[in-house]
Amino acid sequence: MNQKTEIISLLENNAKLTAQDIAIQLNVDPAQIAEEIALLEKQKIILGYRSIINWDLTEKDSVTAMIEVKITPQRGQGFDRIAHRIYSFPQVKDCFLMSGGFDLMIIIEGKTLKEVAMFVSEKIAPLESVVATATHFILKKYKMQGTIYEFPLIEDREAIVL
Amino acid sequence: MNPESKLSEIVKTIPPSAIRKFFDLANEMKGEVISLSIGEPDFVTPWPICEAGIFSLEQGKTHYSPNTGYIEFRDEIAKYMKRKFSLTYSAKEEILVTVGGSEAIDNVIRSLVNPGDEVIIPEPCFVSYKACVLLAGGIPVVINCNPENGFKLTADDLTKVISPKTKLLIMGYPNNPTGAIMSKEDLEPIANVIKESGIMVVSDELYAELTYQPAEHYSIAQFDDMKDRTIVINGLSKAFAMTGWRIGFAAGPSEIIAAMNRIHQYVIMSSPSISQYAAIEALRNGDVFVSEMRDEYNRRRRIVLNALSRCGLDCFEPLGAFYAFPCIRSTNLTSSEFCEQFLMEEKVAIVPGSAFGESGEGFVRISYAASIENITKAMEKLVAFVSRRK
Repeated sequence: MNQKTEIISLLENNAKLTAQDIAIQLNVDPAQIAEEIALLEKQKIILGYRSIINWDLTEKDSVTAMIEVKITPQRGQGFDRIAHRIYSFPQVKDCFLMSGGFDLMIIIEGKTLKEVAMFVSEKIAPLESVVATATHFILKKYKMQGTIYEFPLIEDREAIVL
Repeated sequence: MNPESKLSEIVKTIPPSAIRKFFDLANEMKGEVISLSIGEPDFVTPWPICEAGIFSLEQGKTHYSPNTGYIEFRDEIAKYMKRKFSLTYSAKEEILVTVGGSEAIDNVIRSLVNPGDEVIIPEPCFVSYKACVLLAGGIPVVINCNPENGFKLTADDLTKVISPKTKLLIMGYPNNPTGAIMSKEDLEPIANVIKESGIMVVSDELYAELTYQPAEHYSIAQFDDMKDRTIVINGLSKAFAMTGWRIGFAAGPSEIIAAMNRIHQYVIMSSPSISQYAAIEALRNGDVFVSEMRDEYNRRRRIVLNALSRCGLDCFEPLGAFYAFPCIRSTNLTSSEFCEQFLMEEKVAIVPGSAFGESGEGFVRISYAASIENITKAMEKLVAFVSRRK
């Protein structure tokens, strides 16, 4: 792994690492790491820094749904134009162009099932190019982006092993 | 009747650990201390390897395996030894699957050592070499390796202790507890001494995969004319984070492997079947996990070395295993005192170097097989602790 990739993957796993932390781990000059990070940000390779939140443990009520969307591509614009219309809604958290039985996979977050269902039926389904939608609500998050949500991690190793 | 009076003379020759008291103390505090005192990976075995073990159970593969291990597994071991260390072994005749590297160490010593034979052991080293030699009725001849030299074994030191009674040299590099490695250049003069003197070598290479670039692991068996004089001990515990599966192996001349199997078949019968199936998957498809874990250890290693240099403890750069072995003499404490006080004051457990032989006195073993979070916290505590002692 080259240094750039290593910095990216370290920050992907822990955005709180400082240039100093990374410099120690890679045994290089902190100033060099700071420079490299600044460049990655400028090049939009690093788009931002976020936290991984388990909202289920907070008071906030929310539901998440994955919605399959079938669309008719538009001449000269392909899927991009209609995708833009869809992902620009703030409720849409993720939007992917897919291979297979449907075209877009979108992930929507809302306060209630009803709110999400209404959003799909009022904003997505009526769009001219949208042929069909299928809404799947997420019941439980086990693992997201490599992070396991709830897993009893019991440290039961021996105190000393020679 | 006093049951103790019934113990065999031979078992009495094995001294109880000199740091028993410290062990008990650390164990009592388990759970409330940060432990950098564990000689095993903190990683859980990669899931595809676990899953292969589970699948073998589902298929009802719960019987004894052949004494020497499943041929399918020995084939994979032969390929692995070729791929990683350019060593060619016959899967059928030159490889024995054991219950961890530890069984292989005990077994090979029993296969080679007559009562009264001398066995050379460079220290500091893993604690079982000496005990196994004593159990076999052999006489351990210790070489106190020089810290100035990064605790490497030198041809001079070796030549000095070889006598007509010497049967065997047992060495483990990358080394537990020092993290020292022996490069090809370091090993060459040792190999020459071995060839001239006609003694055998047991080379414990459990940590071979955990060698940090640009350093590279080299096995003494790779030199011309050394394969027949060497029994290589390796296993999956350290490289694949599979300590609890208890899978190791010995590779060496067919006559010695056959003799080892005679002991193994009566004492152990065979290694666990489920573990062998998991291990097959590890050797077939697990290289990527090894390199990911090695990269992670390497980052942790640098955190530890950085902290040691900040607090002014001398430490040669460990290029293998997952240990740093700094010198603590500047604090005017013995290694036991240092570890006890560090444990009581800062709630961090590390191991006195004296646990690994006399030459380890004045040093402590810090294992970085722990999370970066814990290592970072523990190192801050170490810096504070040492600064109060200086």
